[in-house]
Amino acid sequence: MSKAKEVLLNPIFNDNPIALQILGICSALAVTGTLYITLIMCVALTSVVTLSNFFVSLIRNHIPTNIRIIVQISIIATLVMLVDEVLQAYDYESSKTLSVFVGLIVTNCIVMGRAEAFAMKNGPIMSAIDGFGNGLGYSIILIVIAVIREFVGAGTFYGIEIMPLTTNGGWYLANNFFLTPASSFFIIGFTIWALRQWKTDQIEEPEFKISKNSLEAEKRTN
Amino acid sequence: MVEEYLSIFIKAVFIENIAINFFLGMCTFLAISKRIQPAIGLGIAVIVVLGLAVPINNLIFNFFLIEDALFPGSDLHFVGLICYIGIIAALVQILEMFLDKYLPSLYNALGVFLPLITVNCAILGGVLFSIERNLLFTESVVYGLGAGTGWALAIVALAGITERLKYADIPEGLQGLGITFITVGLMCFGFLSFGGISL
Repeated sequence: MSKAKEVLLNPIFNDNPIALQILGICSALAVTGTLYITLIMCVALTSVVTLSNFFVSLIRNHIPTNIRIIVQISIIATLVMLVDEVLQAYDYESSKTLSVFVGLIVTNCIVMGRAEAFAMKNGPIMSAIDGFGNGLGYSIILIVIAVIREFVGAGTFYGIEIMPLTTNGGWYLANNFFLTPASSFFIIGFTIWALRQWKTDQIEEPEFKISKNSLEAEKRTN
Repeated sequence: MVEEYLSIFIKAVFIENIAINFFLGMCTFLAISKRIQPAIGLGIAVIVVLGLAVPINNLIFNFFLIEDALFPGSDLHFVGLICYIGIIAALVQILEMFLDKYLPSLYNALGVFLPLITVNCAILGGVLFSIERNLLFTESVVYGLGAGTGWALAIVALAGITERLKYADIPEGLQGLGITFITVGLMCFGFLSFGGISL
């Protein structure tokens, strides 16, 4: 039981797919303009990664190694097509806004990366839990970015006006920079910084260390 | 005629750079950009896969999937995604076997990221863009190569910057991935300046 909990919670902060495994970044940059769209994307991705991990793990002993990628990808693509159909049936408006990105879940490296790294080696239930945990880890980073971008870029939170814009007679001049996707690079960068300041074991070893006492050594030679 | 192809190429490389302007293929882009050598290798792999995948999928779309292609009244649009990705996966697998046999050093350098080219959104994104824009077959060849070149250019440029950055005194938590993100953000501004060019 405790292993299941570990598998579920580990990807959220300790082994986050975006911040540490460098997976699934494309959509993190592109769909985080408003919180509502981001939430739909998170639900879609989490369900796809959970189910794909489950099914890949179920047939893992029958997949020949040489064609494993094609098998995994067809499972994922089928699931994405299903999610897309469901979304079109129940929330047509958002599916039109998201159209390209729902399709691009097929190529979201989190789904493929987890299938390859975890589901091929573990049982179906554990794999489904791992998929769900990674979906949550992805969602948390995306929601943080979306909240910041929507709040600073448009003065709203989940579509509710918090800071009235000058264009509507309020006092807040919207910062358009946060509406451009370039801003999400900076926000993710600083989010990772904050996360690693908290979980210091995630800090990457620099390849080239600047010696602590190099300045003193310089003084001495002078 | 030639100018038309040239304009598609320049547009794909600079103005609508698939990595910087559309944020596609970011995962491999950020993970492989620590040294110039593997970055060049991966860039070439992406050029090859895009140069093959875009025209092949263009043919598939025009001869099988488009309305009335197989017989009057047929419409296989909805299986498009699985067709494109199947072809890309097959191409990458062939490339992987080829590199394993003939260029083992490059194969080892690319490691786990070669299978991940399949799920590199740059490839699927390029295919989807070429179909969305109704490119002709010859145009799609040029577009595929151009998009691949743009991606390769961006990753080599980023690798060049990161290689220099390792001598910089960066705050501990920002080392590695964090500073790479901020570098790409700044590169993004640089590429935005190409937006004003009209062809």
